[in-house]
Order: sequence, then structure tokens, then C-alpha cells
Amino acid sequence: MPILWLFLIVIAIAAVGYVLGRSRALQSAGGDSRNLHSLPTFYGANVALKTVVPAFGLLIIWLLAQPLYVNSQISGMIPDTAIKEGSSHSLVMAEVRRTADGLDNAVAQGQIAETEARDAQADAADMTQRLKDAGQVVTSEITQPVLRAAQGYRVMTASGYKIMSIAVIVVAIAGAVFSLFQTHSEYRARNVVEQGIRILLLGAASIAILTTVGIVLSLVFNTWEFFKLYPATDFFFGKTWAPSFSGRGGSSSLGILPLLWGTFYISLVALLVAVPIGLFAAIYLSEYASPKVRAFAKPLLEVLAGIPTIVYGLFALLTVGPLLLSVFGDDGLGWMKAGTAVMTAGLVMGIMLIPFVSSLSDDIINAVPQAMRDGSYGLGATQSETIRQVVLPAALPGIVGAILLAASRAIGETMIVVLGAGAAARLSLNPFEAMTTVTAKIVSQLTGDADFASPEALVAFALGMTLFILTLGLNIFALYIVRKYREQYE
Amino acid sequence: MTDASMQTPETGRHSVSLTATDAHTRKRANAEKRFRAYGIAAIATGLFFLVVLFTSILSEGIPAFKRTVISVDFTLTEAQRTEAEGELFKTKAYSNLFIAALKSELDERGLNVAVDEAAIERLLGKVGGTIRTFYSDNPDKIGEPVAFDLTASSRVDGYFKGRVSRDTMQDSRFLQKSDLDLVDALEEAGIVKQAFNWPFITGADSGVDNPGGAGIGASVVGSFFMMLVVLGLSLPIGVAASIYLEEFAPQNRFTDLIEVNISNLAAVPSIVFGILGLAVFIQFMHLPQSAPLVGGLVLTLMTLPTIIISTRASLKAVPPSIRDAALGVGASKMQAVFHHVLPLAAPGILTGTIIGLAQALGETAPLLLIGMVGFVARGYPDGFLAGFTEPNSAMPAQIYTWAARADVGFYEKAWGGIIILLIFLLSMNIIAIILRRRFERRW
Repeated sequence: MPILWLFLIVIAIAAVGYVLGRSRALQSAGGDSRNLHSLPTFYGANVALKTVVPAFGLLIIWLLAQPLYVNSQISGMIPDTAIKEGSSHSLVMAEVRRTADGLDNAVAQGQIAETEARDAQADAADMTQRLKDAGQVVTSEITQPVLRAAQGYRVMTASGYKIMSIAVIVVAIAGAVFSLFQTHSEYRARNVVEQGIRILLLGAASIAILTTVGIVLSLVFNTWEFFKLYPATDFFFGKTWAPSFSGRGGSSSLGILPLLWGTFYISLVALLVAVPIGLFAAIYLSEYASPKVRAFAKPLLEVLAGIPTIVYGLFALLTVGPLLLSVFGDDGLGWMKAGTAVMTAGLVMGIMLIPFVSSLSDDIINAVPQAMRDGSYGLGATQSETIRQVVLPAALPGIVGAILLAASRAIGETMIVVLGAGAAARLSLNPFEAMTTVTAKIVSQLTGDADFASPEALVAFALGMTLFILTLGLNIFALYIVRKYREQYE
Repeated sequence: MTDASMQTPETGRHSVSLTATDAHTRKRANAEKRFRAYGIAAIATGLFFLVVLFTSILSEGIPAFKRTVISVDFTLTEAQRTEAEGELFKTKAYSNLFIAALKSELDERGLNVAVDEAAIERLLGKVGGTIRTFYSDNPDKIGEPVAFDLTASSRVDGYFKGRVSRDTMQDSRFLQKSDLDLVDALEEAGIVKQAFNWPFITGADSGVDNPGGAGIGASVVGSFFMMLVVLGLSLPIGVAASIYLEEFAPQNRFTDLIEVNISNLAAVPSIVFGILGLAVFIQFMHLPQSAPLVGGLVLTLMTLPTIIISTRASLKAVPPSIRDAALGVGASKMQAVFHHVLPLAAPGILTGTIIGLAQALGETAPLLLIGMVGFVARGYPDGFLAGFTEPNSAMPAQIYTWAARADVGFYEKAWGGIIILLIFLLSMNIIAIILRRRFERRW
């Protein structure tokens, strides 16, 4: 792993720079640190920072930019004639990369000599065989242009990394030397170091923005690709969801409506379970319960929130599903055909959301000022009358916000529906039928072997986009309500 | 109020004694009782679900920690080995030797059942291969008696755990009814035993038709490497971001933008982070698929908001007098924060980080999208660095893979995997609670 070594080398240069910077500063002050502008350690830190930051910045930018540059250079090498019928440029590029990886691995194992791997006269058929013998995963037949491109890819990548290593080390040494020359007793090392650290802290805080930008870009870009292959109106208003797995587009119908219906139906069932239980639990815990009961019941309920969703998924699939089937199935009422159904997933998701609703509502109910309760008691109202007619109306906006947050959680939940709700997309009102959701289909479309450029895989990004916008809208609305409500009583 | 009502006596209302409650008051008191009962019922329902959940996890999962073994004392002489190695079907020769040993042991105890090769293969898989590998690895054991503990097939295991019963089972190539007679005889002879299932804890995932051989060890290692990445990235980045936002950030639009982003990211569904990981780390940056490194990066982005929110809360809990005192004796703002505020907030930050890590450890959906599904966890990585880049799975993804398989034998493994996952989560949460109890300071 050469990048790790590069990393360690830069750190080592910085460490040496730290020691040198510190001693140089002390030397310039005649060995007495009182003559320095800053504490001696700041001079050392100044050198270390100026060594590490530019070098790592260059390293990261290079690592991001090099694949892009090499790809664009290599795709220019592939003639249009080399792209077979039904294939695309990106597929051929993937093949080139795979071949290059195969060559790298074979060289690393010693099955193929480096000179042979670079041999511009090498025969493609012969190389395919040798790669297969070396146990590398390659496509059935590597064509001549692909082999040439793969060889070019390897050479460019390898030399790129070599230049990168040299450049990073040079930048690190240059930074160290430059800052060592700056170091003298009058130099304001503390101000510079603190300003530098501040910028680094700001950079760390900006990662949140970068993540959002990354999410939006990756969704928008791929959704755009999808709509180029599949009409947007068919996606948004299509009533059937039937992706084909064999052909390349054309035969699939990818309408989102059945998925959205399944999502909403399951979330509705979940909220019907979670909201009454969660709300009453919150009311009891905040208004009635003695401190002892509260200290016992609240953490126990919150255990439900700490359990991973995969556990709930398995619980739905193997415990709740069969249980419901024995009551509502053919042996009982005859409404249910299989264990996986809207009811199964909704019920289990409701259990998962109970602590979510209850702890949010608990906070909100506690925020209602005691004076309002006291006023109500003073007029002779009982405790439950006070709660129903004073506390709950006052807390209502906040509770609505909490319910909306829970709804957004339910819409985005994946593992419970993947395991508990079934795989068939249908528009039906029967809660005992299997339905599927947006999130479940994202998983199933992206975990198969489908090619990334096909509409069947790209549709997952359009689904993700829909999900993202939906949950984002709900969250912003809910947070707005909650914040507005909080301000009212603060 | 009472005085007022006494001075204006209403003759009609006083027909009932003052000490008895009238109908209206009774109604109100009953409504009060009902309302209270609803609350108690709600809490009881919640706790009931919790109990049901844990009972089903424990009752279904504990059998995964037991396995059925067939232990036979077996001695291979040098002559037998040379003879077996000379045959055309070498493993068959070994398994014939094994069957002979088994038979003599059964005869010794006076049990007479038919033992044929096909039945042994259904019960134990390819015994010959296992024995041959053992002796070629340990040639010094030739001539000595060796006690072999061979794992029985998952159907036989199911017979002992009640999953397979004589009445309902169908003859198949995996198990036939006649085999159960042999199993019963072997049990009577004490050859079939139940033992602790170490291979489940240390092993790797197996093929789709071999639930008995599946283990969770490799994916625990995958999770471990992922958590190293998450800890190594999200702790420094999260703390740095919180310090900036809490201590240095000026009130401006850029700061607001960051704050809004953090609170929204905390509520973005985890699967969206999986899409981000797939598109950015795998499609765009060409990082290796199914690698714990990529999984760790995705989970880092996912846990950052959690860690930032809890870190900011613990920084906020440090009273301003600490900062003022530091600034008063001449510290710079940076020194006040790093030398005084941060150490005082450290226990809270650690607690928040551990809880964030526990959350990340249980996350499944994003991992499925970047290819960390269970069946890639076929073995342990070759070394420490390879652990980050070699394809591997993680505990929850492995559990999902088992739950999605058709063979019922895998369900037991999935429940067992959940017990192990919950043990990890429980210990992390207990550490967090202990840290909080021990070091939390009330100002």
C-alpha cells in the first residue's frame, strides 16, 4: 500500500520539522523562550502544519483527479469500431479497467512478467488465456483495442502514482523548509497556527455541506441519466412496476405509483400503531408517573429505539408474519396468503417508532409551562381534563411535528420492509396483501447483477431522489413546526 | 367559593348529602381513571412488545450456539494410509475406513444398524476429505487414536432441535427416514452429542445449501474494520466541526447553512447514504467494491451528524466561567478551548461517540448497496491492511443474507447472529453509561 507509506513519510517529515522549528526558534531567541513572540511549541506546530496541510491537500486532489484524467485519455484511445452492438462506451471502459486490474494482479502474483504485461505486440487471445490461467476474472474474450487500452491505462496509472508520490514529498519538504526560514523570534507563530487550525475546523464543519452536495449530485446526475432512457411521465404516473431482468430496457414498466402507495400504506399502519401508544406513554410518563416508574419505564421503552432495524426485520419475517398468518391466514379468517404483508411490516415498524414518538412528545409535553397546569387545577379541573383541554392543545403543534418526524422515519425505513412486506408491487387496499416500498425496491434494483447503465439499475436513483425529497420536505416542515412551538414558550 | 355557595342555598341540589358524590363528579372521576388506565396500558403494551421481541430472539437464537457432533475414535495405520493413497478414489477409501471404524464401535455396544456410505454422506457430508486433510496436515498422528468431532449436517442438527421431525419429513437427497434410525442408534451409543458451536462464532459464511457450516466470525472482523474507519474519521471530524460551530463560528449565513445541513442529514434515510456511497465512492472514485473501507466511509458520513449533535451538547454544558477564567489568565481563545473546555467535555463526547458507533454497527441498508452482502464473507482477511480493502461483509448484512435464504436452517443462524450483534451493542452502551456515570460533572 504505497499511499500508506506516503502518508507515513509526510508525517515523519512533519515530525522532524516540528523539532527543527522549535529548536530554531529557541536558537534565534538566544535560548531564552521569554524573548520569543509565541511559545516555542507554536513554532514547531507552524512548521508541521505547513508541511502536512499542503501535502495532504495535494494528495487528496490528485487521488480524485487522476482517475478522471486517465479515463478521459484512455477513452480517446478506444475507436468507435471497437464498441460492439448493444454495448456502450462506459461498458467498454469498465472492461478496460477490469483487464488492467487483472494484469496488475497477475503481475503481483508473478504469473505474468511486467515486460509481458506491457508488451505492445501482445496477442489479445493469448493474453486472455494467460489471465484466465492466473485466476483473474476477465470477460470471455479481450479484444485487441481493449488490451491496448488496458496496457495504456496501467502505464498511465502507474506513472501517475509515481509522479504523485514525488510531488507530495516535494511539497511537504518545500513547506517545511519555507516555514523553517520564516522562523525567528519576531515571527507571530501563535497567530498563524491558530488561524490555520481555525480554517481546519471550518473545513471539518463544511463536510456536512459536502455530504449534502454529494447526495444531491449523485442523485440528480443518475436520475438525469435515467430520464434519458425512460420517460419521466411514465415513471411518475405509471401504475405498474415490472422491471425486466433480461433485456436492456424497452420491456420494463417502471411506474412509481404502486411503490409510493405501498410506502404510504405501510407507514400509515405503523403510525396507527405508534402514535396512540407512544402518545399515551408520553402523557403517562410526564404527567402521572412517579419518578421511580419513570426511571424504570422510560429507558426500557428507549431500548426499542436502540435495536437495529435488521432485528425488527427478522422479527417481522419470522415471528410476527407467521403469527398473523395463523390468525388471519387460511387456518383462521382466510384474509392473508403469506406471512409478508403490509400489516406485518406496518405493525413491526410501529413497534420500532413507539419510543421515537414517546420521547419526542415527552420533551414537548414537559416544555408546556407548569403555570398553565396550575391555572387549570385552580379552576377545579381534574388531571385528565387539564391534560386533554390545556396541555395537549398547547403541545399540539409540537406533537404534530413529532408525528411528522416519525412519518419521515417510517417512509425511509428499509430493512423491515425488505424482509417483512414482500416483493410484489401492487395497488390494493387489503392490508393483508404483500406490497412493496420505494426503499425495498432501491435495494433490490441495486443489489442484483444489473448493469449500471441500464434503466433497471438507474431507476433506483430516481426512486432515491423521490425518497430524499419526500423525507427532506417532511423533516424541514416538522422541524419548522417544532422550532416555532418551542419559541412560543421560551 | 364554598362560602359563596353556602350563602345562596339551592334547595334542589341539597336533596343529596354533601359527602356523597353526585353522578357528574362520578363520571369525571371515572374519566380520570380511564385516562390513567390508557396511559398504563400504552406503557404496558410497549414493554410487552419488548419482552416478546427479546423472548423470540433468545428462544430462537440460543440453539444456534449448539451443534450436533458425531465423535468417533479413529486410528489410521501407516499401512492403511499407503493403501488408501494408492487407490483411484482416495477420499472414498478414507470414508470406507471411517465407516468401518464407526461400525465396529456400534457393534461393540451391541447395536445393530445398517451403515452405508450414502447415509454417512447425508449425515456428515464428505467425511473422507476431512480425514484425509487432517492426516496430510498432521502426519505425526498416524498410528495413534484420534478423536474426531465431526459436525452433523443441518438436517440432523434440526432433528435434535425439533426443526425436523420423523412424521413430517420427506425423504430427500439431504436426509431419509432410515437415516434417523441410524442417528437414534448413534445417540444411544453416545456417539452423537451436542456441543458448543465454536465454528459458528469463528467461521465464515458457507454456501446456500450448507447452513450447518455457516459462521459469523468473518463478518465480525468486517464490522470491526468498518468501526475502526468510522472511529478514526468521525471522532476527529465530528469534534472539530462541533468546536467550530460551538466556539468560533460567527453568526452568518454560512454558519446557518452548516447547521441546517447537519440537522437535515441526521434525518436522511440511511439508504440514501448507501446510494451516495455507491455513486461517489464506487462509481466515481473506483474504490474497491464490498470493502470495509468504503462501508466505513459511508457510515462515517451517516454518524457524523449524531456525533456532532452530542458533542455540541457536551461542549455547551461546560460553563462559560471556565472559558472566562482561562481567557482572564492570558490564554488565547484556541488555548482556552483546547486546554480547558475540550478535556472537561471529553467524557460526554466519548459517550456520544460510542452511541454513534453502536448505531453504525447495527446499520444494514447502506452496506447492501455497496456490495457488503453476506456471501462475500468467505474468509478472514490476509492481514491488517488487507482487512480494509478485501471484500468482506458486516454482521447485520450477514444476518440479512441468512434471513433472505430459502433454507430454514439459516434462520437459526440469523437469530444467533442477532444475539452476537446485540451483545456487542449492549456492551458498547454499557460502557457509554459507565463513562457517563463516572465522569459526568454537574456544574
